Amino acid sequence: MQSEAAIPVLSVRDLTVEFVTRRGTLRALDRVSFDVARGEVLGVVGESGAGKSVTGSAIIGLIDPPGRIAGGEVVLSGERIDNLPDEAMRKVRGRRIGMIFQDPLTSLNPLYRISEQLIETIRVHTDLSAAQARARAIALLDEVGIPAPERRIDSYPHEFSGGMRQRVVIALALCAEPDFIIADEPTTALDVSVQAQIIALIKRLCKERGTSVMLVTHDMGVIAETADRVAVMYAGRVAEIGPVRDVVKAPLHPYAKGLMGAIPSLEGEAKRLVQIPGTMPRLSAIPPGCAFNPRCAQVFARCHVEQPELIAVGDRRVACHLYDMPQSLHDASHGKPEIAA
Amino acid sequence: MLAYILRSLMQGLVVMLAVAFIAFSMFRFVGDPVVNMLGQEATLQDRAELTERLGLNDPVPLQFARFVGDAAQGDFGISYRQGRKVSSLILERLPATVELAVLSAIFAFVLGVALGVYAAIRRDGWIANLVMSLSLIGVSLPTFLIGIGLIYIFAVELRWLPSFGRGDTVALGWWTTGLLTASGLKSLIMPVLTLGFLQLTLIMRLVRSEMLEVMRADFIRFARARGIPERRIEFRHALRNTLIPVITIAGVQLGGVIAFAIVTETVFQWPGLGALFVNAVQFVDVPVMSAYLLFVAFVFVLTSLIVDLIYVALDPRLRSGNPAMAK
Amino acid sequence: MSSTPLPKQIAPGRLARWWDSDLAFSFRSSPVTVAATVLALLLVLAAVAAPLIAPYDPFDPASLDLSDGFSRPMEPNEITGKVFWLGSDAQGRDIFSAILYGSRVSLLVGAASVLFSLVIGVGLGLVAGYLGGRTEALIMRVADVQLSFPAILVALLVFGVARGLIPPALQERMTLLVLVVAIGLSNWAQYARTVRGSTLVEKNKVYVDAARLIGLKAWPVMLKHVLPNVAGPVLVIATINLALAVIEEATLSFLGVGMPPTQPSLGTLIRFGQQYLFSGEWWILLFPSLVLVLLALSINLFGDWLRDALNPKLR
Repeated sequence: MQSEAAIPVLSVRDLTVEFVTRRGTLRALDRVSFDVARGEVLGVVGESGAGKSVTGSAIIGLIDPPGRIAGGEVVLSGERIDNLPDEAMRKVRGRRIGMIFQDPLTSLNPLYRISEQLIETIRVHTDLSAAQARARAIALLDEVGIPAPERRIDSYPHEFSGGMRQRVVIALALCAEPDFIIADEPTTALDVSVQAQIIALIKRLCKERGTSVMLVTHDMGVIAETADRVAVMYAGRVAEIGPVRDVVKAPLHPYAKGLMGAIPSLEGEAKRLVQIPGTMPRLSAIPPGCAFNPRCAQVFARCHVEQPELIAVGDRRVACHLYDMPQSLHDASHGKPEIAA
Repeated sequence: MLAYILRSLMQGLVVMLAVAFIAFSMFRFVGDPVVNMLGQEATLQDRAELTERLGLNDPVPLQFARFVGDAAQGDFGISYRQGRKVSSLILERLPATVELAVLSAIFAFVLGVALGVYAAIRRDGWIANLVMSLSLIGVSLPTFLIGIGLIYIFAVELRWLPSFGRGDTVALGWWTTGLLTASGLKSLIMPVLTLGFLQLTLIMRLVRSEMLEVMRADFIRFARARGIPERRIEFRHALRNTLIPVITIAGVQLGGVIAFAIVTETVFQWPGLGALFVNAVQFVDVPVMSAYLLFVAFVFVLTSLIVDLIYVALDPRLRSGNPAMAK
Repeated sequence: MSSTPLPKQIAPGRLARWWDSDLAFSFRSSPVTVAATVLALLLVLAAVAAPLIAPYDPFDPASLDLSDGFSRPMEPNEITGKVFWLGSDAQGRDIFSAILYGSRVSLLVGAASVLFSLVIGVGLGLVAGYLGGRTEALIMRVADVQLSFPAILVALLVFGVARGLIPPALQERMTLLVLVVAIGLSNWAQYARTVRGSTLVEKNKVYVDAARLIGLKAWPVMLKHVLPNVAGPVLVIATINLALAVIEEATLSFLGVGMPPTQPSLGTLIRFGQQYLFSGEWWILLFPSLVLVLLALSINLFGDWLRDALNPKLR
């Protein structure tokens, strides 16, 4: 039992995704590594194009051509899944990894009742009879907070509001009780008032069922509220990863500092909102060395030639040469290294 | 839902009236109907009498109203060229065209959807690519050349099928059918293939592109992410969503089969309405031309009404009485 | 050679940039498209240069010799010993020359009718999108009805009406014009739809309001923005319509309501050739048909590629 708890639900190692175009090969993900522990919510933040969504698609094996996984591995509860054959991978999807998409308006097939979509998903993954599956579907709808589920279950998607639809989407992701859920911008398309409810729902489900969640978003507020740990991504690489309190309060990576500076604080300290100068490079124009070097205030010679590796600093890991000085190397050896391997 | 059906009925009515107006204008203003009916040698008095009898001295709106009233009762006047009632000319030739058109439409739709779905699912397979290339050749092949080609192969060289006409027909009341005799069925094969081929390629290309579009939709991605088997995604989720726009467009196109029959009927000397119309155009037989125009418009309105009903049956967003939700 | 060095300096740069563009790349990497384009250009060129290339003038009655009739392709005539590359017809008319002149007529009618429908369609689309309201409803409704009626029917009707209105003496000379109008009127709706869509999008953009606010007329400002936006789709429609128009013209001529025998198009030639379907003089029918299909196919292939290349959504 103990050993099982020690194995992370999801372990991503050096995951590299490339898109082959005629202008050359673009690296959308560059040796991305992180773990998600049982029951943990890992937030993944970054600007659009940083590789957040690609990470989610790569884990669940839904990268569309011309993209492909070019290296690294994805390990789910100790089993490697990135090299599974199609049919085996299909059984992993939905059954062991659930996924929630951004826009509940377009995530549901408009032509089928939600009962049909729920029962279909349940029966694909279990041996339940139609009646049992229906009962389970009603229970699921109840669990995600749809009022009068036995009546609402036979409605069509368009008969629900946006927030209710996202609840249905979550119910669909939970159909086969996966241990791990990827939520790709689950609140971005919703009204602000509904966002908080959906976040609360995801948090609650996570706690009650012990499900792990990878929460992809560009909204630092959502991360601060929901996640246990956070990974900051930049230009297809992990810039910093660690407990959410540390990273939000005292970010190490200059990019993370800029990103955290960009959240308005409610706590009254009238801090000036910091803006990071410049924009994230396009995948076709990532500079050599550290990808952040053109925008970094603390840039030095090494940043232009050598790409920083993730190094452990206290409870977290950061990819920045600033923390790779001899003395900080010394400090780091006192902190516990985070990579299990 | 009722409002939706009523609205499409109204639209159909408006279209019919507009087409009736064009038909009336043709009848009234293209050439002089009186001269056309009596010939150049008629006396002035005869002309004046006929002008009066046809009501051509009345105000134009009244004439139009009378024209619509007559047409609604199936009275389209007398053919200039054949001197017979246009309505009986049309009734005589209607069965030939309807049998040809309906069979072609079924052939085109069934095979077109099947091939289109196949080409979309196996989008990079060589058979799919071959089918797509052939379809482009199909679009570039004029209908009459397909007909001539088929005649050359199956009638001239192989001598398997008759090159013209309907073969033996059986009369069922006023309706004559070629479906009940061997020679009638044999005679139908080539005209049906010829008439259906262009529609087949169009429907196939439409189905393929719509289906590829649907396969990129979020809900398909979400279905994949839930582990639904690919076959099920293709045939349950994508197909139904594909068919809604396809039925709308294809339905209207198939209504056009009736009119496309013009060319096929000429090639195979098929005794239908299309051949009648081409003759009418050649000899400026205006009553036949306007009657045919009204007939095609009627078929068009009828098919779009049927298509609207199918649409309602397929799309729950329309059924729940909120048409605005469906895009 | 070295007298104009300046343009020569610029030209390679532009050419190289064009060569490297995505459009040019997708063109280069599709051998079918390249072949189709070359073929289409060759056919068009041959049609344009018909009087220079054609070995005979097929419509000069003086040059026709009945004893040349029914010569087989590439074989000397049994009586006169003359060789006709693609054979000759009953009157001893050279099929090759007839095809050259015929495709000239076909392409002329096709191109002119495409231009005609383009002007009408783009114009009506702009008006509909810009004015909105009743005008728009009327124009688009007519376009809908028009689109659902097969082009060939509309063309036949226009043709029939024109026949009734034009005095018989003028009819033969006016046929070409009537065909252009008939085919043009049957194909304008697609342009109107596309252009109206773009106009609607542009109309709601801020710069139009801004232009109004500072007292400019919105019209010219919008034109400047709408036209470049619709250029791509309109070009695609026009290309595919050219193939359609050539086929439509051939069909009308085949039905006997198109170009007269004195000025035959490919369709007219096929109509004549069909008479020999049962008697073995296959070349009279085959060669004009082949040229017609190749012409339509090569234009269609090019149009198909253009549509995909200009539409990044596909693939």
